[in-house]
Amino acid sequence: MNIPLKGKASNQITKNISSNIVAVKPSDFRNFSPKLLVKEGDAVLAGSPVLADKKNLSIRLCSPVSGTVKEIVRGEKRKLLAVLIENDHKNEHLQFTTLSKNAKKEEIIERLLEGGLWPTIKQRPYGIIPNPGVEPKSIFISGFDSSPLAPDLDFTLKRETEAIQAGIDVLNLLTKGGIHFSLNIDNFAGSPFHRIERVIFHTFEGPHPAGNVGIQINHVDPINKGDIVWTTDLYSLAAIGKLFTRGIYDVKRIIAITGPRCINPSYVECLPGMCMSDIKEYSDENSEVKNNNLPVRWISGNVLTGVNVGANGYTGFFHNQVTLISEGNYYEMLGWIKPFRSKKFSISRTYFSWLNCKKQYELDTNTNGDERAFVMTGVYEKVLPMDIYPTYLLKAILAEDIDNMEALGIYEVIEEDFALCEFVCPSKIKIQEIISKGIDLMLKEMA
Amino acid sequence: MNILRKIIDNVKPTFSKGGKLGFLHSTFEAFEAFLFVPDSVTTNGVHIRDALDLKRTMSVVIIALMPALLFGMWNTGYQYNLSIGGSMTFWQMFWFGFLKILPLIVVSYVVGLAIEFTSAQIRGHQVNEGYLVTGLLIPMIMPVDIPLWILALAVAFAVIIGKEVFGGTGMNIWNPALLARAFVFFAYPSQISGDKIWIAGLSEGHGIVDGFSGATPLANAMSGASLPSFSDMFFGFIPGCVGETSKIAILIGAVLLIATGIASWKIMLSTVAGALCTGLLLNAVAPPDPASYLNIPAWYHLVMGGFAFGAVFMATDPVTSAQTEKGKWIYGFLIGVIVIIIRAFNPGYPEGMMLSILLMNTFAPLIDHYVVQSNIKKRLKRAAVIVK
Repeated sequence: MNIPLKGKASNQITKNISSNIVAVKPSDFRNFSPKLLVKEGDAVLAGSPVLADKKNLSIRLCSPVSGTVKEIVRGEKRKLLAVLIENDHKNEHLQFTTLSKNAKKEEIIERLLEGGLWPTIKQRPYGIIPNPGVEPKSIFISGFDSSPLAPDLDFTLKRETEAIQAGIDVLNLLTKGGIHFSLNIDNFAGSPFHRIERVIFHTFEGPHPAGNVGIQINHVDPINKGDIVWTTDLYSLAAIGKLFTRGIYDVKRIIAITGPRCINPSYVECLPGMCMSDIKEYSDENSEVKNNNLPVRWISGNVLTGVNVGANGYTGFFHNQVTLISEGNYYEMLGWIKPFRSKKFSISRTYFSWLNCKKQYELDTNTNGDERAFVMTGVYEKVLPMDIYPTYLLKAILAEDIDNMEALGIYEVIEEDFALCEFVCPSKIKIQEIISKGIDLMLKEMA
Repeated sequence: MNILRKIIDNVKPTFSKGGKLGFLHSTFEAFEAFLFVPDSVTTNGVHIRDALDLKRTMSVVIIALMPALLFGMWNTGYQYNLSIGGSMTFWQMFWFGFLKILPLIVVSYVVGLAIEFTSAQIRGHQVNEGYLVTGLLIPMIMPVDIPLWILALAVAFAVIIGKEVFGGTGMNIWNPALLARAFVFFAYPSQISGDKIWIAGLSEGHGIVDGFSGATPLANAMSGASLPSFSDMFFGFIPGCVGETSKIAILIGAVLLIATGIASWKIMLSTVAGALCTGLLLNAVAPPDPASYLNIPAWYHLVMGGFAFGAVFMATDPVTSAQTEKGKWIYGFLIGVIVIIIRAFNPGYPEGMMLSILLMNTFAPLIDHYVVQSNIKKRLKRAAVIVK
């Protein structure tokens, strides 16, 4: 199902951002317990390690810019939230030696860890940083993004195909199972990635979540108990490619600024960890063409899985779009019974939005109702194309029944796969939060 | 609208936790949310939500019930008119039925909602919308002359024993509306069976036309008497419970429910299929005696008694029906099979729909269990193949 949200980015790059401050946020990486490797005032280069994982100190996160460490941001119970680095705009990179083509597997893993790109690989089950000592069954990569207002990867990464190919060649040495690469069937030949070599191609058709790698795995080669599969995304692949061909940590990327409250939806070139204030002119809140008085929510990522970071927050590492939507903190008199609510969108036919399939909506964050118990059935299945019974899995998680969670397929899912279920849920249940709890519980039990 | 909002905002602190009347906050919130869609926003997880909520879901069901209810009001007057041999106009008949049925609806809602609000209050939960539908369903499956105190008792039984003890809407095992009917059926059998109770005033001796029988088609079938014509039964010019008589009105409701996707078409279809198959099977093995129940044409069953109403509005209750899509086919089909078996082979009572649905409500979790187990087994098998 595609959510017809207004504010898709037009295919042009309208700004090249060189942020003054960038953030490295450990919370972008699941199951990463940060240990500081720098202190405030330290000088760093692009590619210098900033944080390491307490459970395995060789897993590191690196600074994307050269400059000095400005601030270590901590939250409740001194939880480390972010390391802010002040950019000196000199763009000096830590130089790694390039590896020869017949490098050994261990050397490659070593370089990925050193270069701070190991955490860009995610392990299924659970969507965590993989253990460098375990070889995966295979690696899955989705070549398109189907989420609402998603960046057009064909556009944003067309210059990076060589780096992506290099990244693929590197990863191919880490698994015997090969690399599965999925493309959208509608645009297979038009995609710059269909010429990529040494991968196993798959095509998927249909609306979101067809582009979710979890759905693709479920259709190609579902994960069983004991299986380890890796996934990564094209942006990370390009960065891996550059680490091995040019020997630098370069994560500069083109991301989409989108959403109904964005005045010029388009692409910008920036670094992950950029501050939202760098793109403040894209919000209609700060301009004269303001079309309503509701406050703007700044989402790093898409409307289904992104994070509300606020107008002065920092983008997440894996978020390749920013979405600006209205906060929905208003009351609507008898809204639930009104036959026509032309500004609201619903997948169900209890509204008339299905009659006008071309319309794009300015949706906001109102929940459109209060949270209730599970009542309706068959709603989630329509937007979850996996061989899984979602309600049963969710109830097993709520009951903390590990055996049943395992039997019902907890290994095959992460939060993003259930995002659409959460969107359509008429009981307004926080489904991604439940899945997240389930995964945390599994990690705790299995540790 | 703004004035109303201001009034609510003014009294809100009194009813919030810690306020003077803080213990009533569930009740207050229920009324507030009824008047205004709350201003709550998404926190973590998805940032936008579908516009459909349970309130609207339930409203659609209520709208779908309207044709059957309005027809039921008219038919109440029409049947009364027949029984007294009167000459009432269309609007007189409707008005007569309206006055008869309105008290039933009022009693059902007042008693049921009072219990719902109280239990929400005790638990500190929000009031769930489920009873809005149940409260209308109950009067529609009762005979029009049911004493109000019995109705009130039945509603209380259904809501407390049928729903709240299990934890409220979404947790109950049996359809609460049917449970209310079953309660009356077993506790006060004389009020819900026989020939006299289906038409207003008949049991009090109002009917003055000689030889007029208020028997329902099902009772006729049981006694071997001749049935009304198929079209009379289809359009609903027959005695029966308030909402069940007109199949055309029920069909309108069914179309609305299926078109909006609120009720499962799979359950409706498979229930009809189950009944037709069983009916045809009985026809095939029926003895030559034309009075035998087995000789009633299979499609007659679909328009007799509460079959259509049950299949459209009762069997499809999402909470008590099977939850898996495969399970829904099995569940519906078995309802259809059992209802005909009860009708044909059980001398005790003529109607089988209520018991059939309640029985399958009981077994729905079992059906689901096997459907889900097959998914689990598939997953295990997949893992086993890889291990080899």
